[in-house]
Order: sequence, then structure tokens, then C-alpha cells
Amino acid sequence: MHDATVEETHAEHDPHATYTGLDNVKLAMWAFLGSECLFFGALIASHLLYRNRTGTGPTRHDVYDIPYTSVSSFVLLMSSLTMVLALAAIQRGDHRKLRIWLLATSLLGASFIGGQFFEFTEFVHKGLTLQTSPFGSSFFVLTGFHGTHVAIGILMLLTMYTLSKLGKLDPFSEGAKKVEMVGLYWHFVDIIWIVIFTVVYLFP
Amino acid sequence: MAMVTTPTPWFLRRPKASHGIWSWVTTVDHKRIGIMYGYTAFVFFILGGLEALLIRAQLATPEGKLISADLYNQLFTTHGVTMIFLVVMPMGAAFFNYFIPLMIGARDVAFPRLNSLSYWVFLFGGLFLYSSWFFGGAPDGGWFGYAPLSSSAGFLPGDHRIDFYALGLQILGVASIVASANFITTILNMRAPGMKLMKMPVFIWMSLVVNFLLLFAMPVIAVALFFMTFDRTFGALFFAPAGGGDPILWQHLFWLFGHPEVYILILPAMGIVSEILPVFSRKPLFGYSFVVFSGAAIGFMGWGVWAHHMFTVGLGPAANSAFAVSTMFIAVPTGVKIFNWMATMAGGSLKFKTPMLFSIGFIAMFIIGGLSGVTHSIVPHDAQQQDTYYIVAHFHYVLFGGAIIGLFGGLYFWFPKIYGKMMDERLGKIHFWMMLIGFNMTFGPFHILGLKGMPRRYYTYQAGLGWEMWNMLSTVGAFLIAASTLVFMHNWVKSKRKGEIAGNDPWDARTLEWTIPSPPPEYNFAVIPTVTERDDFWHRKYKEDKKGRPVPVPVGGSEEHSEDAEHDAGHGIHMPSPSYFPLVAAIGMPVAGFAVILHSWPLGIVGTVITLAGFYGWVLEPATAEEH
Amino acid sequence: MSTTETSLEEHAHDHPSEFQYVKIAIFLGIVTALEVVVVYIDSLTNLIVPILSAMMIVKFVAVAGYFMHLKFDSKIFRRFFILGIILAMAIYGVVLWTFTFAERLAGAAS
Repeated sequence: MHDATVEETHAEHDPHATYTGLDNVKLAMWAFLGSECLFFGALIASHLLYRNRTGTGPTRHDVYDIPYTSVSSFVLLMSSLTMVLALAAIQRGDHRKLRIWLLATSLLGASFIGGQFFEFTEFVHKGLTLQTSPFGSSFFVLTGFHGTHVAIGILMLLTMYTLSKLGKLDPFSEGAKKVEMVGLYWHFVDIIWIVIFTVVYLFP
Repeated sequence: MAMVTTPTPWFLRRPKASHGIWSWVTTVDHKRIGIMYGYTAFVFFILGGLEALLIRAQLATPEGKLISADLYNQLFTTHGVTMIFLVVMPMGAAFFNYFIPLMIGARDVAFPRLNSLSYWVFLFGGLFLYSSWFFGGAPDGGWFGYAPLSSSAGFLPGDHRIDFYALGLQILGVASIVASANFITTILNMRAPGMKLMKMPVFIWMSLVVNFLLLFAMPVIAVALFFMTFDRTFGALFFAPAGGGDPILWQHLFWLFGHPEVYILILPAMGIVSEILPVFSRKPLFGYSFVVFSGAAIGFMGWGVWAHHMFTVGLGPAANSAFAVSTMFIAVPTGVKIFNWMATMAGGSLKFKTPMLFSIGFIAMFIIGGLSGVTHSIVPHDAQQQDTYYIVAHFHYVLFGGAIIGLFGGLYFWFPKIYGKMMDERLGKIHFWMMLIGFNMTFGPFHILGLKGMPRRYYTYQAGLGWEMWNMLSTVGAFLIAASTLVFMHNWVKSKRKGEIAGNDPWDARTLEWTIPSPPPEYNFAVIPTVTERDDFWHRKYKEDKKGRPVPVPVGGSEEHSEDAEHDAGHGIHMPSPSYFPLVAAIGMPVAGFAVILHSWPLGIVGTVITLAGFYGWVLEPATAEEH
Repeated sequence: MSTTETSLEEHAHDHPSEFQYVKIAIFLGIVTALEVVVVYIDSLTNLIVPILSAMMIVKFVAVAGYFMHLKFDSKIFRRFFILGIILAMAIYGVVLWTFTFAERLAGAAS
């Protein structure tokens, strides 16, 4: 009876129980990320349509500060490194390192958000708001949704940190899977920023 | 397990009720969730139907005085939104829920709690939309909500009708995306051993295609609805022409979602019909792989035809020609399916039970709707039809004559499995003929009205245009449909109470759900079946003689069977424990919706906190109830 | 349970080492720096967009392939993701194309 219970409750996570041999959660996660491509695709495409429609408001050349945004892009890229190191740590069963890297990732993510907040205020000072022009609307909504994704990611990272502290990421193979899922989401958010940085900020 | 060491706080303990309302509220059983989806969708079907009756009563005679223009706008908008998002989509989801696990030989879906979340989010999304009637009126911009009419803040102060539309659909979209990821994972990962992709029932194939369409189409409408909300609530300029925005962008995003949506609505019914026809023809589906691949082809090509909804917008001859051609092409896989269904019936020993009648009705009506659809692909022709009743005729023939009739067929077909009783055949046939005749009386005249130039969405019309007789006929037909629905409801209630006992396999059917008792036990399969054939159950019952005719396998001649397994029914099978956190997480969403409408930050925070609390409880609750 | 753990360890062997992750991150940093440099080279004019796109794709593939393990994982995951990307590029590409077409038409008319 006891054995049956363990087996059944783990059916949701045990890759050997599935037809394809793939983990259910991971498969659903990739399906969700595929879906997110369409979400950000629509935001980016709308921005491309509107990037020159500035009306009487400032253009992108008036507001963008490329060196500044490059730095925050770099920060987000590095957070992907710390994230993958966190996963490697828990896969070895090293909870102390896991927590260090999770915390580092959240801090890098938080500095990115802080940087974005500062950038937004700068833009508003320069006269670009959501209501100024279609360019303003599409810029703020696109980068705002990306920022929201980062914020949700930070929340998940801190949740993993707390769960590890409480010893709820055991057994570690289960815990590692949770961290891996958070990681996939985090890297995806990073990937979207790679596209946004190039297409929205750098394209002439 | 790890959590045994620390006592679980009361609010995290898993609920244990197995009877009564609380057991339904906390259930994660795919069958119960399917039933809840079905009943909820049916209630909305009645509401949407009443809205339609009011519309038809108003249009029965020229210069009708029954309802005002304003109310008329709300009624046709709510009717469309209801029938699409709150009836056909969730009714499809009801079938997915109940029958995907049963037909692939699984004990539940991949994520039982996510499944429950989908249902509650759908329910609250629907209630949120309908709450608009009590807060200044229902959405009145058409189900397509064209900008800039919809994206400019209301004409009257405090007019939030379109906000209810934008936010309500947004919430419903969450339910669909969650469900789609769940069903895709379920179909790919939870199949019984041996059920290769090309051995899956066609209904499962169509479900897979539909869920991929949902997965990729819902984010598109989500973005469009967010833009609309930002325009209305925060003064953004996405669709505001005066500020440099482009309303055509709304149309693109809407139809990029809207056309795959058409296939989201029709493919479940096509899957159901593909299951029913072989059973009542006592023949395998003709050209299984053609039906499967044409279904998948429809799924792909459905992404390349959206601009045929926009032929009169002025996209230019190149775009119009390209989309005209792609639209003509998509008729090919659809036609392939129709020929396969007819070939399935050809030469079969047909039994005209109610589900079969509905399936044949589906094919006939869908052919009419499909053909009028092809006429729209011809751009100059479409220019004549745009915004006339001809369009209304077309999409009712595919969505009512197609989807709804097909779904009714599915209800008759699987009722014995769900409740263990047979539905009354006589009442079923009365329902079918009344509905079929009423349907054609209602929507057939729309073709003529449209060609005579009657425009859609007008709340009244003048006498002397040659429209009176057709409108009256249509209204009479609509009330006939309503009467047929009453027959159906009577049949449902009566059969549920004292229908003939069905047994495991009343139709001598082909797929795995018929191998288990009716109604199925909570764990579905005492022993997970091993699949060797397409239509595995049929091949356990029948062998083919030299001429390819089915010959029963002698009793006891088939290897292994559920008989033995049922003796030790349920021992040691542990099903997922109920949970109330999906409900908690879902409640936060309409709260957040009201926060946007009221511009209330505190309420927004409350909604977010409720949803977050739901998700944290979800993560932290133990995997099973204690001491069972 | 034990089978799961051993298979997980075996699985971990296919993954890059931590040192490799660091190398990839340095590479990503360098490409980003190069991207910024490219923007300031005026003589590139028409080449800027192709060059930037190529560098963007390289970064994208590096993160997806190594950090998200797509290079080492089941093909099904890759297909889900690529399906989403291709579908998005195709449909939104056509949307933008219809707009430019309409604009050119309007330009020709005026």
C-alpha cells in the first residue's frame, strides 16, 4: 500500500511513468514557452509597426541611451549564468551553493528591473509617455510586459530560495526539477530581452 | 515521505470530502471537471439562446418595437461572445476532460489541479462577463470588438461595457492556455502502452490539434485585448487614429486569433463525428491517416487565412489575392474529411440511432456552411456579402449546424458512459428532427436575406424591401430550435433518472472508454490496458473473415480482460487528492478585473494577493491527504 | 526512487560543466559588446541590420542551446519552441508586410 502511494504520487514527476519518457512538467513548460513566443511576437511586431510613429513627441533617437541599456542587458545575461549555476548546484545536492546562486540571480534580476524603472523615469522626463505617441505606447507596453515577467521570475527564485531553506526541495531530484523549471522560465525571459535589445534598441 | 515529520498547518491540509457540494468544489477528477464544464456550458447555451430569441423576436416584423437599438447591440454582442467562448469552447473542453483520459487509457490528466484551475477560471471569466448586465450594460461592440469604436473610452461617463469584454475574454484566455498545455501533455505523455500516435482515436488527434491551436492563438488575442485595455484605461494610442495608432492592427491581431479559433470550435465536433460514424456503420473509419493528416493540415493552414475576414479593408490586391488562394486551399483538407466520412458510411450496416442522426446532420449542414464559406474566398463576391446576413448564414451553418449539432451527437453517444443509462431514442429523434428543421428554417433564409442586401447588426428594418417573409420564417425557426432544446433537456433529466441500464458497451463500440464500467470508477482503469491495434477494443471483440467482415471472437477467446481486473477494483490505486487552491487562485482573477474597471489599486492588490495565495498553497500543500 | 536518481546523474553528465557555462557567459558578454560597437560604425549603413540580426541569433541559440539545455534534451522540447518561434515570425511578418504594402500603395496614390 505504502509503495503504491509513493509510486502514484510521483507519477506526475517520474519521467519513467510517461509514454514519451519525458517529464510532464517539463513538456508543459516548453509548450507554455512556445505559447509565449506568440505573445512577445505580437508585442514586438506591434512595436516595429509603430517605432517611427512618434507624432510630435520624442523619437527613439531622442530618448534611448544605448550604453546604459547595454549595461542592464549585460546584467540580465549574467543572471542566466548564475541561474544555470544554481541548477548545477542542486543537481549535485549542494543546497548552500544553490541558495547563493539563487540569491545572486534574484539580485541581478532586481538590478535589471531597477535599471528599467530608472530608464522609464528618464524617458518620461524627456517627454515620452504611454500617451505621447504609438511609439511610446508600444515601447512601454512591450518592455513593461517583459519587466513583469522578470518580476514574476524573481518571485519564483525567492520562493525556491525559501523552499530550500525550509528543506522542502527534498528529495533533491524533485527539488532539482523545480529549480530547472524556474530556470527555463528565467532563461526564456533573458532570451526575449536579447531580441528586444537588438531589435528595439539597436536596429537603426 | 518528507512532510510526515512536520505537522501540516490546517489551511494546507488536503480536503477529503468525497460526497456533496464540497467534493465537487475541490475535485481534481477529470470526469467531474468535465461534467462541470458541460453543465456550465449548457447553462450559457440557454442564456445565449434566450438572447438569440430576443433578437429574432425583435426582427420578426419590420420596425419592431420590442427592444431598443442599445439593448439590441448588447444582445447580439453577448450572444456571439457567449456562444463562442462560453458554449462551444467549454463544451469542447468538457469532452476533452471526460474522454481524453478514458480514450487513451489513462487514470487522469497530466495535471489534475491545473485542470481544476482551468474550470474555475473559465467559470469566473464567464460570470465576470455576465456581471456587466448589472453594471451599466453588457458589451455592445460585436464579438470582434473592432477598434477604434471599442478602444476609445466609452461615450458615456462610466461606460465600462467594452472593458468587461476585454477583461472577461482575457480571463477566459487564461483558462484556455492552461487547459491546452495540460491536454497536450496528457495526450503525448499519458497514453497507454502501445498506443502510438497513429493508433490514437481520431477524437484524440483532433483534440491535440485543437489544443495546439489554443496554445498558439490565445496569446495573440491576449496581446490585442491588453492593447485595448491600455487604450481605454490608460490612454495609450495603439488603435487611436487621431493619435497615429492604427485600428487595422486590431483587426489583424483579432483575426490572427479569430481564424484558428474557428477551427478550435469545429475540430472537436469533427473528432466526435469521426468516432460516432464507424460505430454505427460497423466499419473502421475510412482513410484514418487522411482524416488525421487533413486535421493537422487544417491546423497549420488555419494560420494562413486570417485576412479573408478583412477583404474589404483595403489591404491591396497582392494581400487579398494571396489570402483568397490560401482560403480556397483550406477547403481541400476539409473536403477530404467529408469524403472520408461518407466513404465510412458507404457499404456499412448503418444503424440510425440518435448519435448517428446528429452526425449525419453535422455532415450535411457543414457541407452547406463550408460551400458558402468558399464563396467568401472570392474577393469581389465577398465585397458583396460583407456585413450582410449571408455571412451570418455561413457561420451559423458551420458553428451551429456544424459544431453544436456535432456536440449534441457526442452528448447522445457518450451519455450512457457518463451516467450508465441509455437516453430515450424516441425523444432523441424528435429532438434531432425538430432541431434540424428549426435550424434550417432559421438560418437558411439568411442566405436570401443577405443576398437581398439585409445588413447585419441593424436592430430594425423597413417594410417593403422584400425581407418580411424570410425574417418571420427565421423567427419561427428560432422558436422551434428553442422547443427542441426543451425536448433535449426533458430527455436528459428523464433518462438520467430512469433510463435503461446501459452496461459497459451499449453501442458495440470501438475505443477504450467502452471497456470499463458505466459510469467509470474514479480510477477509470483497474488495470492500465495495453494497446495493440487502432480501435483496440473492436479488435478484441471481432476478427475479420476473408472478405474483411467482422466476426465475433468467441467468448473467452480474447486474451486478458477487465473481468478479472474488476474483482480487485481499486485496491492500491491512489488517485490525486482534492484541493481547494485552484479555486482560490481563480477567484483573484475577476477581482483583478474589477480593479481595472474601477481604477482601484487596492482592489488590484487584493486580487493579486488572492491569486498568489492560491498558488503558494498549491505549491506547499502535501501531495496527499493525511491518513486515508 | 533510486533509479530516478542514477538516471539523473547520468543525465547530468551530458550537460556542460560549470566552467563551460562561464565560458559561454563570457562569449555572450563579448557578442553584446560587439553589437553595441557595430551600432556606432556609420560606414556599415545597410549591413547593420543583417550583422546585428546574426549576432542576436547567435546569442539566442547559445542561451537556448546551453543554458536551457535544448542542445542536449529531447527533440520534442526543441520542436515545441521552434514551432512557436517560426509561427510567430511567419504570421507577424505577413502582418507587417501587409502594412508596408498598404503604405506603398498610399504613397503611390498621393
